[in-house]
Amino acid sequence: MATDWETPQMAQGSGFAWSRLVIYGLLGFLALVYLLPLVVMLLTSFKPLPEIYAGNILSLPKEWTIAPWIDAWERACVGLSCNGIKGYFWNSTKMTVLAVTLSTLIGLLNGYVLTKWKFKGADLLFGLMLFSCFIPFQIVLIPMATVLGKMGIASSTTGLVFVHVVYGLCFTTLYARNYYMAFPDELIKAAMIDGAHFFKIFWRILLPSSGPIIVVAVIWQFTNIWNDFLFGASFSTGESAPMTVALNNVVNTSTGERPYNVHMAAAMFAALPTLLVYIFGGRYFVRGLMAGSVKG
Amino acid sequence: MASLEIKGVKKRFGTLEILKGIDIAVEAGEFLVLVGPSGCGKSTLLNMIAGLDTVSDGDLVIGGRRVNNLHPSQRDIAMVFQSYALYPNMTVGENMAFGMEMRKVPKAERDAAVRDVSKILQLDHLLDRRPSQLSGGQRQRVAMGRALVRKPKIFLFDEPLSNLDAQLRVDMRTEIKKLHLRLGVTIVYVTHDQIEAMTLATRIAVMKAGVMQQLGTPAEVYNRPANTFVAGFMGSPRMNLVPAKLQRNGDGLALEIQLDDRPKVALPLPPQPEAIRAYAGKEIIAGIRAEDIAHGPPEGPAHRSLEAVVEVTEPTGADILTILTVGGQELTARLDPDIEVRPGDKPVLHVDLAKLVCFDPKTEQRIA
Repeated sequence: MATDWETPQMAQGSGFAWSRLVIYGLLGFLALVYLLPLVVMLLTSFKPLPEIYAGNILSLPKEWTIAPWIDAWERACVGLSCNGIKGYFWNSTKMTVLAVTLSTLIGLLNGYVLTKWKFKGADLLFGLMLFSCFIPFQIVLIPMATVLGKMGIASSTTGLVFVHVVYGLCFTTLYARNYYMAFPDELIKAAMIDGAHFFKIFWRILLPSSGPIIVVAVIWQFTNIWNDFLFGASFSTGESAPMTVALNNVVNTSTGERPYNVHMAAAMFAALPTLLVYIFGGRYFVRGLMAGSVKG
Repeated sequence: MASLEIKGVKKRFGTLEILKGIDIAVEAGEFLVLVGPSGCGKSTLLNMIAGLDTVSDGDLVIGGRRVNNLHPSQRDIAMVFQSYALYPNMTVGENMAFGMEMRKVPKAERDAAVRDVSKILQLDHLLDRRPSQLSGGQRQRVAMGRALVRKPKIFLFDEPLSNLDAQLRVDMRTEIKKLHLRLGVTIVYVTHDQIEAMTLATRIAVMKAGVMQQLGTPAEVYNRPANTFVAGFMGSPRMNLVPAKLQRNGDGLALEIQLDDRPKVALPLPPQPEAIRAYAGKEIIAGIRAEDIAHGPPEGPAHRSLEAVVEVTEPTGADILTILTVGGQELTARLDPDIEVRPGDKPVLHVDLAKLVCFDPKTEQRIA
């Protein structure tokens, strides 16, 4: 049966469909190319060092070992101290959770004010905030360093959290504003008549219905803040550095023989949280973005 | 003392005047309906009474207290919205109790009040459901329940039936009326539907472009409209507004209907008051309701036979809306559904001129 190039769907069930083959083939190939680095990392992290030097990077380990993972966690050398990356993992966790919570909360409040308590200049203010989303972060490094110094929180986790909150605000405000625009104004009016004021309305009425957009903001912020290297490298030092910076130091610290397997394991530790967030939360991200746009 | 006094209330947005001075005194237990086309300012007025919008000029007095600067929750009012505005994250019971919760009413009292109101509105079996699990009519009743539980001085309704389908709208309309009769509460109700206004109100305020056109009982507004706008707005089909000439006819007057050079139709009028006699020889607009035209020869003292040609018939089941040409002018008549008429017919018809309303063609106001 002849296939129809205009409507590949019509070829379904009508025999061997070349167009289908091409599409799936292309997608499969691209997926493979995309996954290859991850595959290599995983395989390398489970191999003992001699095998890595001897063998082919794509070959399965002849001898599976989790020693590199334990080494990375407990004993890897970051700069002068060799206590593994566990401390830095904890730094990242602390910093990210704090920054995500604060930026999401403030962003939601901002969205609430901008949509439900319109004041003169609200749109201009929002425009300015949006503008800040597009500033390349490299430009603000020096001014920010000055500000942090003046505030007395330079080179600390607090400082890093502050920076992430400030630069995360534009996104969380954007998401929240768009979501709350679709939220019926009459609900706010009804709550006002019932005697609820600004914060009560936020806590009791708006927030409980904000599930979808909270998920969006959290996933977005978590991914960006956890993976960030620029701010981490610029605004923290030594013991307060996040994972990403520590990872870079691990790789640069090694002298002589390079323990690739330990490096790969360390990199996996760095990548795992965001990977997990995506696997378990990914579908909620899209759902959340669409939630405000369809009238329920 | 009036329950609600609207004294010279004006509303401006910048230089644009939305409400141009409204004066209404609503007595306790009244059902006032604000009716008018979109953009006439009725919802704005309601929002100002509720406190959701500021007053540019004038006073709002509720129960003797000037409330212009009071927060909505302190005005002793409750509001039912067009979209019901039920809190989606709370159950029906929690929705109704929210207002009391905000006022720190103890739980036992809250539960008792919710129970009482849900019995009246037949919501008791729905108390644990979420709004998303309810039908439109049920949601509307929950919205009313939330308002009732507050026991306010004034209930405000903002087009509550607009989101319901036609049949449900009629049913809920009757429910609201029954509620009003049973509880005797003061209600201010906004709608663009003149049938809702007529069926529910004790008094109707017809509004257009920020100005109140007429304030009166349904009968007054229907039978003695203050101007051509009210005449055309209230009632369906709308009142026939026919340009005509008031001619002297012996000692009395006759109504002469003629378009261009078509054959004239003259209707001798029953005795008219002084104000109308002053218009002898002049043009007026004659207001005749569709139901005042009927089959058969004239019977009563104010009946006159009507020469008309049938143009179009629209059977509604309950009657046949017949578009007639009288002296060239078009009139709509509500005729007996069982008597067959066809386009082109010249049936025997009479018109009841006791209900005739005359308007000045320039000012559009009713003459007398």
